[in-house]
Amino acid sequence: MIDIKKYIDTGVLELYVFGNLSEAESREVSSLVAEHPEIREEVEHIEEAMIRLSRAAAPSLPKSFESTFKDIQGDSPVIPLSRKDDTAISRKHTPWKTYLQIAAAALLIGTIGFQIGSNQKLKNQLVDIQEKQILLETQAGIAEERLAETNRLLDRISDKNIIRVPLGAQAVDPDAYASVFWDDINDKAYVDVSGLPQPPEGKVYQVWSLTLEPLTPISLGVIDGYNSDGAQIFELDNPNASQAFGITLEPEGGSESPTMEQLYTLGVVAP
Amino acid sequence: MTQPDLLIERFQQKDEKAFAEIHARYSESLFGVIHSVLHDTELSEEVLQDTFVKIWNNSNSYNPSKGRFFTWILNIARNGAIDKTRSKAFKNSKQNQSAAYFVDVLEDKSDFTSKMDAIGIKKYIAMLEPVCKKVIDLLFFKGYTQKEASETLEMPLGTIKTRNRICIKKLREVLDIK
Repeated sequence: MIDIKKYIDTGVLELYVFGNLSEAESREVSSLVAEHPEIREEVEHIEEAMIRLSRAAAPSLPKSFESTFKDIQGDSPVIPLSRKDDTAISRKHTPWKTYLQIAAAALLIGTIGFQIGSNQKLKNQLVDIQEKQILLETQAGIAEERLAETNRLLDRISDKNIIRVPLGAQAVDPDAYASVFWDDINDKAYVDVSGLPQPPEGKVYQVWSLTLEPLTPISLGVIDGYNSDGAQIFELDNPNASQAFGITLEPEGGSESPTMEQLYTLGVVAP
Repeated sequence: MTQPDLLIERFQQKDEKAFAEIHARYSESLFGVIHSVLHDTELSEEVLQDTFVKIWNNSNSYNPSKGRFFTWILNIARNGAIDKTRSKAFKNSKQNQSAAYFVDVLEDKSDFTSKMDAIGIKKYIAMLEPVCKKVIDLLFFKGYTQKEASETLEMPLGTIKTRNRICIKKLREVLDIK
């Protein structure tokens, strides 16, 4: 038995009405709505509020139903069966004629039914294709955004004022490498981590700016959203007078100071 | 407002009168939602028309166990509006205007259909915190998920849902929906 009041107070019912939940979550709420009148009433109230709020957001009255529906009918012409056709069977006709007419009518109805059926099928296919197209457009949009971001970063790191610092492998992984492109005029560091292995679950890479003698590490931030197929260059702020850069593997969220046993790459800024 | 189950059933059996009643009940709300995405009356009318064509042609794909009827048509309207934002017509129109919230329309609108709502909703907008405007705009009018809203607003994921509930509660108080 769930605590209904607590459940309502979570705000999940608002999201249910708004359509923000996943299909599975929505189904779950639907079954609770069917079970508990209190929950159903709450949902109805939320819905009413949203219907009235959004109605107020309409710029003017919408077009009439008649003009809306005309378009729909124009969309799918249906051959009307007129009254005349129905009453054409009169008594003075000999039976065989009547049977023939019934058979013809049945055939006609069957044909119309078949056409309506295939029309619906075509429409469903069209909806399917439209959905697929939207999906593809979305994917293309994401790819375009990624490309634009990569181009922007490439542009930045090919600037002549950029200081390139290659970071070499350390004991923990002899194959690892990375590069820092440091823009000391704008205090930015662009870190290319494509040479680092995918971090294990619950771990992230953290980038450090180091000053030597005495060795002082300052965190530039963690590499969030590392993805071996996706973004490989990350932009971080670096207002420090860095003498070296290092990358360590740290627990999610990063650490106060670097875990030296998990130092993956290190490189010194050329004097 | 009780969900008009019988009406919906008749509509699913392609009853035109039922469809007319559904149009009367919901079309102005859907118009409001679409317009909040597009901010262009002509394009919004187009999308609203398409929305009702889709609602009619796909009436059988509504399933009450998945959610509310209003939610179903709201999704169709919102998706249609969002698709429209990718169209040439939209890009040529007003997209350069700064991202406006639904409240912008509400604030300078005078011809409300319902006088009672006019007073109530104006009062509501006036007292609404800016964060409520943003949360309602993203979650309801734009159909963002909690996660997307939390990223856009830089608010912790866990607080979006409860924050939104508080905002809607205020709306209900103003509209006297207890």
